[in-house]
Amino acid sequence: MVDVTPADAVPPAEVGEMELYHPHSWWTKYVFSQDAKVIAVQYSATATAIGLVALVLSWLMRLQLGFPGTFDFITPEAYYQFITMHGMIMVIYLLTALFLGGFGNYLIPLMVGARDMVFPYVNMLSYWIYLLAVLVLVSSFFAPGGPTGAGWTLYPPQAIMTGTPGGQDWGIILMLSSLILFIIGFTMGGLNYVVTVLQGRTRGMTLMRLPLTVWGIFTATVMALLAFPALFVACVMMLLDRVLGTSFFMPAIVEMGEQLQHNGGSPILFQHLFWFFGHPEVYIVALPAFGIVSDLISTHARKNIFGYRMMVWAIIAIGALSFVVWAHHMYVSGMHPYFGFFFATTTLIIAIPTAIKVYNWVLTLWRGDIHLTVPMLFALAFIVTFVNGGLTGLFLGNVVVDVPLSDTMFVVAHFHMVMGVAPILVIFGAIYHWYPKVTGRMLNEALGKFHFWVTFLGAYLIFFPMHYLGLMGIPRRYAELTDMTIMTESARHLNSFISIMAFVVGFAQLVFLFNLIWSIRHGREAGGNPWRATTLEWQTPQTPPAHGNFGKELPIVYRWAYDYSVPGAKEDFIPQNVPGDFAPSREPA
Amino acid sequence: MAVVLVLVLIVVGSVLFHFLSPWWWTPIASNWDYIDHTIIISFWITGIVFAAVVLFMAYCVFRFRHREGNRAAYEPENKRLEWWLMVVTAAGVTALLVPGLFVWSRFVTVPSDATEIEVVAQQWQWSFRLPGKDGKLGTSDTRDVTADNPLGVAPKDPNGQDDVLVEAADLHLPVGKPVKVLLRSIDVLHDFYIPEFRAKMDMIPGSVTYFWFTPIRTGTFQVLCAELCGQGHPLMHGVVMVDTEQDYLAWLGQQQTFAQLSAPQQSGSANSLPGEAIASNLGVAANSKLSRSAQ
Ligand code: HEM
Ligand SMILES: [Cu+2]
Ligand SMILES: [Cu+2]
Repeated sequence: MVDVTPADAVPPAEVGEMELYHPHSWWTKYVFSQDAKVIAVQYSATATAIGLVALVLSWLMRLQLGFPGTFDFITPEAYYQFITMHGMIMVIYLLTALFLGGFGNYLIPLMVGARDMVFPYVNMLSYWIYLLAVLVLVSSFFAPGGPTGAGWTLYPPQAIMTGTPGGQDWGIILMLSSLILFIIGFTMGGLNYVVTVLQGRTRGMTLMRLPLTVWGIFTATVMALLAFPALFVACVMMLLDRVLGTSFFMPAIVEMGEQLQHNGGSPILFQHLFWFFGHPEVYIVALPAFGIVSDLISTHARKNIFGYRMMVWAIIAIGALSFVVWAHHMYVSGMHPYFGFFFATTTLIIAIPTAIKVYNWVLTLWRGDIHLTVPMLFALAFIVTFVNGGLTGLFLGNVVVDVPLSDTMFVVAHFHMVMGVAPILVIFGAIYHWYPKVTGRMLNEALGKFHFWVTFLGAYLIFFPMHYLGLMGIPRRYAELTDMTIMTESARHLNSFISIMAFVVGFAQLVFLFNLIWSIRHGREAGGNPWRATTLEWQTPQTPPAHGNFGKELPIVYRWAYDYSVPGAKEDFIPQNVPGDFAPSREPA
Repeated sequence: MAVVLVLVLIVVGSVLFHFLSPWWWTPIASNWDYIDHTIIISFWITGIVFAAVVLFMAYCVFRFRHREGNRAAYEPENKRLEWWLMVVTAAGVTALLVPGLFVWSRFVTVPSDATEIEVVAQQWQWSFRLPGKDGKLGTSDTRDVTADNPLGVAPKDPNGQDDVLVEAADLHLPVGKPVKVLLRSIDVLHDFYIPEFRAKMDMIPGSVTYFWFTPIRTGTFQVLCAELCGQGHPLMHGVVMVDTEQDYLAWLGQQQTFAQLSAPQQSGSANSLPGEAIASNLGVAANSKLSRSAQ
């Protein structure tokens, strides 16, 4: 612990500033913009729009599960198309795009004190390729045969066979092409985020002074750059199998009495490639949420985040470990059973750094000055759902316990709690928190509280009881639960209840959308720093920040991001760019 | 204050739900009650952690919510506390993992007296093969599958001639005898799952996978497919009956062997594959355009 003085903290600038690209017309300012903040809004709007499609699909699935036989148009084929598109959109096109493309673009340059991303042109391309990926995905709804119904895991051989919707039509081809495009676009953006964090920080912004939001997004991006290539090659190989008749994933097969031409491929190879991407993907969504929620809690509890260094190391440890746990999704896949020992051990070890993060969040509340603002409410709800979903992960990670539970509704409940509900609650909290910076106005608080209570309690009521359906043995991905001896009358009622709650929660999201649009014009004026926060994005000369972010002079950073309620200081926060000799900052060295 | 109340209610409600709700696992019918015990241990440990974290949060919100003139404490780190928490967590994780791995080692170690039987999956039905008098299953290959030989048993292998084939019908097993289930698929991934046995395993075309169990009570149990296998997936049910030794032998006596089934005079009746029958039940002609209802 050292006192920070301007002299030792601020090295002279190593290089002079570069001139930014200046837009000349409305088109280059708002459409083909190279400003990370505009790109962030474009990413967020596109992700939200496609996310609404996934939400509607979840209603259709819940209609079928809650009221079987009532809606004739939901055939098994349609049901499988719905779950596939719902799952893939939620995980990739909504959560990944929103956290990295949306929050990453908006917050990284502002929080590290840069004028923009380091490669603004590539950054712009990244968005347009993402948009193309989304359009290709959407086009599969209108293609002959409809979208693929292979499940979001796209396991071959069924993904490219006639028994699966879209398998021998356009569905699977469009899905694979869209994923390939997404990965190309993401890589362009991702390289930008990484280089900007490493090279674009302003003077005095050491790595250990970065807000945890930046640490979370940065680590997630590095992981994504390492994990997506596995999905990329898997998609290319499956496309070749489907279009050119190669046999990467296709062994000898008899389909409906007919010998197919394939021979010698390995279906399980695909699963390894998929989950080598798929497990890190869970943390690609979770780490930005971890980072953001740390900053929300600290700001709204007016207290420094507890154990900052441990938080940073935990993020890095989780990121690294999550590359050696992928086969916990494959305990009953038929891989060699001895792998179970290894992967169960690594998986349960990850629980330790994860638990530390949870402890540090709740310890930040301890002796805080907790303002129950809407962002804080969402942060608290995140902790509840994340702890719940994380703990059921200890069931599924513990190989032998996974044997009865895998592929049941228990799994569906678990992953919705931990990577569906929890990160989305953080996204909502983050939007209530940063909307004033993006638009200059506050979101309506009464509507915000309504949105919070219905979403949080509704989601808990949907997914908590669902675990017990899985415990009964009810499998997931069942379009019909008819003629099943383990199904009981009361379980049917529970399913109807869950479906009704799903509609209630969905309705609350419409209220939120209304709030987003209404407040742009009618929200209360926010001023530059409505939450009295310390990080640099709140210290910009204009709100919303102009092109170039910081006006004439880049800020100089003198302290870490968490100087809240410093003893002796007049205010209960000291922004990072305020020189530090008048108050004894005890920032960890 | 509403927040504090709701947080407490979530803990109390979840615990009550766990103990009082009617949704719980089916009565067990195999030796894998070890797995059930491991689940119970997991519920206790994780339940305590959940309650502790959420109640602690509720207390913090209650005690440290903003009031006029309040100021938060300034405490960046507390090394001792952080290390303590890490050690306690590691202990909890070990308490879950050790029994888990112990039971897993049983699950993957097949007893030497287990009888081998084979389950063959295809879209969307189950077939079974039992060893004949020689106690051995003949080899098989997807390339050998024909209308007369739907399971692809190697036609030339002498070990396979006396194998008992149960095509698209119920499987019977004697109670109390360990069985090693060999799992095979001739088309896509499937998963042989019987909730009452607590065990399941994927079947992969081109490979043979397995698990073992001992049925501990007689009865009729439903087989469910637990790996998405196309649009017939939710209807891919089967039946396993666990019989007394006597009943089992009586049933076995009525089954036909591979040699009997492939004798020439009987091939005429087998010219349509059962898979096709199911496919047409589902309204799927082999090359018809699939549903467009997603639009
Ligand atoms: C209120 C919101 C939501 C509801 C009601 C809902 C409902 C459902 C339902 C009914 C299924 C199919 C279960 C089955 O038959 O196996 C499903 C699958 C899935 N959902 Fe959600 N969901 C919601 C939000 C989310 C979110 C936010 C995510 C983001 C991670 C997500 C990711 C998935 C995934 C990955 C699948 C698996 C698809 C598959 O099996 O291939 N869902 N959801
Ligand atoms: Cu995983
Ligand atoms: Cu199946």
